[in-house]
Amino acid sequence: MKGLVRAFIAIIVVSAGLMYLTAYLNSSEGYSGGNTLTIYNWGDYIDPELISQFEEETGIKVIYQTFDSNEAMMTKIAQGGTTYDVAVPSEYAISKMLEEDLLLEIDHSKLPNLEHIDPRFMHLSFDPDNAYSIPYFWGTVGVLFNPDAVGDLTFDSWDDLWDESLRNDILLLDGAREVIGMGLNSLGYSLNDTDEGHLQEAKAKLDKLTPNVKAIVGDEIKMLLANEEAAVGLVWSGDASEIMGENEKLDYIVPSEGSNLWFDNMVIPKTAKNIEGAHQFINFMLDPEVAAVNAEYVGYSTPNASALELLDEEISGDERFYPDEELTSRLEVYENLGRRMLSHYNELFLEFKMHKK
Amino acid sequence: MPRRSKWKLSNLYLIAVFVILYAPIFYLMYYSFNSGGSMHEFEGFTLEWYQEVFADTRLLIIVLNTFVIALLSALISTILGVLGALAIHGMRRMRPKQTLLTLNNVLIVSPDVVIGASFLILFTIVGIKLGFVSVLMSHIAFSVPIVVIMVLPKLQEMSSTLIDAARDLGASSWQVLTKVVLPFIKPGIFAGFFMALTYSLDDFAVTFFVTGNGFSTLSVEIYSRARQGVSLSINALSTLIFLFTIVLVIGYYFINRRNSKPVAKEGR
Amino acid sequence: MTNRSRTVYLIPYVAWIVLFVVAPILLIGYYSFFDVEGNFTLANYEKFFTSVYLRMTLSSFWYAFLITAFSLLVAYPTAYLLTKAKHKQLWLLLIILPSWINLLLKAYAFIGLFGTYGFVNAVLEAIGIGNKQILFTDFSFVFVSVYIFIPFMILPIYNALEEMNPSLVLAARDLGASAWTTFRRVIFPLTIGGVKAGCMAVFIPALSLFMITRLIAGNRVITLGTAIEQHFLVTQDWGMGATIAVFLVIIMAIMMLLTGNRKRGLIDAQKK
Repeated sequence: MKGLVRAFIAIIVVSAGLMYLTAYLNSSEGYSGGNTLTIYNWGDYIDPELISQFEEETGIKVIYQTFDSNEAMMTKIAQGGTTYDVAVPSEYAISKMLEEDLLLEIDHSKLPNLEHIDPRFMHLSFDPDNAYSIPYFWGTVGVLFNPDAVGDLTFDSWDDLWDESLRNDILLLDGAREVIGMGLNSLGYSLNDTDEGHLQEAKAKLDKLTPNVKAIVGDEIKMLLANEEAAVGLVWSGDASEIMGENEKLDYIVPSEGSNLWFDNMVIPKTAKNIEGAHQFINFMLDPEVAAVNAEYVGYSTPNASALELLDEEISGDERFYPDEELTSRLEVYENLGRRMLSHYNELFLEFKMHKK
Repeated sequence: MPRRSKWKLSNLYLIAVFVILYAPIFYLMYYSFNSGGSMHEFEGFTLEWYQEVFADTRLLIIVLNTFVIALLSALISTILGVLGALAIHGMRRMRPKQTLLTLNNVLIVSPDVVIGASFLILFTIVGIKLGFVSVLMSHIAFSVPIVVIMVLPKLQEMSSTLIDAARDLGASSWQVLTKVVLPFIKPGIFAGFFMALTYSLDDFAVTFFVTGNGFSTLSVEIYSRARQGVSLSINALSTLIFLFTIVLVIGYYFINRRNSKPVAKEGR
Repeated sequence: MTNRSRTVYLIPYVAWIVLFVVAPILLIGYYSFFDVEGNFTLANYEKFFTSVYLRMTLSSFWYAFLITAFSLLVAYPTAYLLTKAKHKQLWLLLIILPSWINLLLKAYAFIGLFGTYGFVNAVLEAIGIGNKQILFTDFSFVFVSVYIFIPFMILPIYNALEEMNPSLVLAARDLGASAWTTFRRVIFPLTIGGVKAGCMAVFIPALSLFMITRLIAGNRVITLGTAIEQHFLVTQDWGMGATIAVFLVIIMAIMMLLTGNRKRGLIDAQKK
C-alpha cells in the first residue's frame, strides 16, 4: 500500500511540475495573452519565417495549428468548440462550409493587396464573388513518373496507366474523387459526373487497373515515390514538385483528356475571435514579396500574379506547375456533388480498393 | 549439454525479440542525425535537428502537454479501474457481472475513430469546450477498461481464504483492502497503469477529435506534419524522449531494488 | 466483501460506465439509423449485408485471427523466458518502452526498413536471396501489426505466469511429465486467464486497424476500421460508420459470451 501511495504522490508532483512548466512556456511565448491570432492550416504549408515576420510587423501573436484533411478540419470548425481565426480549406470544402453557413464574409476593402491575384483564379464556381475565400495556393492533379523506368510511355493520355508494362508499379492517392475522377476523365467524362452509368463504366475500367496498382496511399506517397518504390504515381502538382526536388530523375505531366484544378483558399470561420487580425493576416499573405517567399518555400503554385514576376524564371516558367490558360481551361474544379453522391463515390472507391488483383 | 544449448536457444530467442522490437527505434534514431533531411540516404552527421527541437517552443509545449495528459489520465484511470475491478469481482450474480464486463470492454473493441466521434458529440451536448479537460476525460475514459482487464485476473486468482483469514484476525474492511487485497494485486495495478500510459501516449484518433483551441498532443502534431513529409526534428525529438524514458526506467528500477532488497530478503 | 464497500467501489466506476460507455453506445446506435442526408432509415443495415461489407468483415476477421495467433506464438515464449530472467521487471519495461514511440513514426521507419531499397532488402541481397517486395504485402501487414500488439499480449501472460505456483511445475516434472506435457497440462491451463485477456486485447483492436492498413498494406488489406475511418472522416457518413461500429460491438459481446465465463461459474460454485 505504501508503495502505491508513494508512486501516486510522485506522479502528481511530476505532473504538477510539468503543468507549471507548460504554463510558463505558454505565457513567455505570449500564447495566453490577448491579441492572438489562431491559424488553422495544412501541415508545413507556410514558411515559418513569414509567421515571425507577421508577428513583428503587427505585434499580433500567432497560434498556428495544423490539420491533414479537409473533412477533419470541417468537423472541428462545425462542432463550434474552437476559435480559429483563419483556416485554409480546399475548394470543395469551401462550398460545403458555405452550405453549412460556417464562414464569415471577408471585407475586401481591408485587403488592398487583393489586386495582385491573377484574375484567372478569382470568381470561381465555388465562391463566385470571393466573398468568403481568398486564393492561397493552387495546382493540378497529374501523373508523376520515372522516365527511365516506363519505357516509351509519356502519359499524355490517362490510358497509359493501363499499360501492361506497369504491372505493380503505380501508386495511387487515397482519394475517392481523385481516383474515380481520373477514371471518368479517361473515358472522356467530366470528373463531376453523377450519371450512374458513367460511374459504373469508370469503376469497371478502374478495376482493370488493379493489377498495375502497387498500393493506395496517403501523404507517404511522396516519400515512396522519391525513394522509387514505384515508377508512377497519381499525385497533386504541389507534391510532385516536392518529390522532384528530392529526386531529379522524375517528371510530371497532366494528361490531355483533362484533370482536376484545385485551390486552397483562406477563409474566416464563423467562430473567429480576432476578425481584424484575420484580415491583416490575409492581406499580409497577399503581399507579392511575402507570397513569393512562401511559394518558394512551400513549392506549390501561387495564384499571386505579382509574386510570380518576382519568382525565379526557372520556377515561374515551368509549365508543368504553371500551365498556361489553354491547359487550365481543360481542367475542372471539383463541384460539391452533395452528400449522397459523395457517399456513393466513396462506396465505389471502397469497392475498388477491395477488388482483388 | 542439453542444459547449455537450451539456455543459449532461449537467450537467442529473447535477443531476437528485442532486436526486432528496437529495430525501428534505432532506425529512427540513426536518421535523426542525418544531414540529408529525409530517412532515405544518410548523407552526413548533424545535430541541427536537435537544435530545431529546442528552438521550437510550440513543439516543446506539445510534448509537455502529452506527458501531463498521459500521467494524469493513467493515474486517474488506474484508480477508477481498480475500483471497478474490485466491484466486479465482488458481484455475486452472474448476469449483472457479465453485463458490466461486456460494457467494460466495449471501449477496447470500438475503433478509435468511433470513440473520438461519439465523445465529441457528448462533449458538444454537455457543452464542454474542447481542450485540456476534454482530452483528459477522454483518455481516462478509454484507459479504464484496460486497467480493469489487467487487475481482474489477479483478483480472481486471489484465494478468498486470504480475506477470510484477515477478517478472522480482526481486520477492518479498510485494512483488508489495503493490507491484503491491494498488495496482492499490485502487479496488476502497475501493469494496468503502464498500459494506460501507453494507450494515452500513443493515441491519435480520439485526441484528434476532442482537442482544440491551441491544445495539442504529440501524436496529433506528428500526424498533421506528416502531410508534407516528416521533418527529422521529429526523429530527434523521439530520440530524446526515448533516451529520457530509458534513463528514467533504468534509474527507477535500480533505486527501487536498492530500497526493497532488505525487505525482500526478510520476506522470503 | 461487504455490501457497503462494494457499493462504494461501484459508484465511481458505474458512473464512468454510464457516461463514457453507455451514452456513446446509445449515440452510436442512434446515428446508425440515419443516412448521409439525415433521414431516418434502415438502409445502412441493409448495406452492411451486401457483398462488399461482408467480404470486408470476413477479411478483417481473418487478419485479426492471424495477428492474434502470431502474437500469442511470439509473446508466450517471451513472457515465459522473462519470468526466468534476472531483473525481470526491467526487461518487462524495456519491452513496453518501444510502444511509447509514436505509431506513425514507427510505421515510417518500417516503410524505410521494408522498402525496395531499404535495409532488409539490402541484407537479403547481401546474402544472395535478392530483392523482394516486402512492403504492401500481407506479410508486412501482419508482421507490423504483431509488432504493435506484442506488448499487449506479453503483459497479461507474464502476469499469469508470475502468479502460477512454481511448485506445481516441479510436481509435474517429479511425476515424470516431459517438458511439453508439463506445458500442455499444467502451465498453459493455469495461465489461460492471461492468454484470454491478451487475445481480447489484441484480436478486437486488430479488427479496427486503419493506419497500418494504409501505411504498410497500402490499402490492399481493408479492415472494418478502414471503412469506419473512411465514413467518419472522409465521407462524413456518420450513419454508415456508426452501423459498422454497432456490428463490432455486437461481435465483441458475442465473443465474450462464448469464451465465456462458463468455467468461472464453476469455480465460483465450488468456492461457495
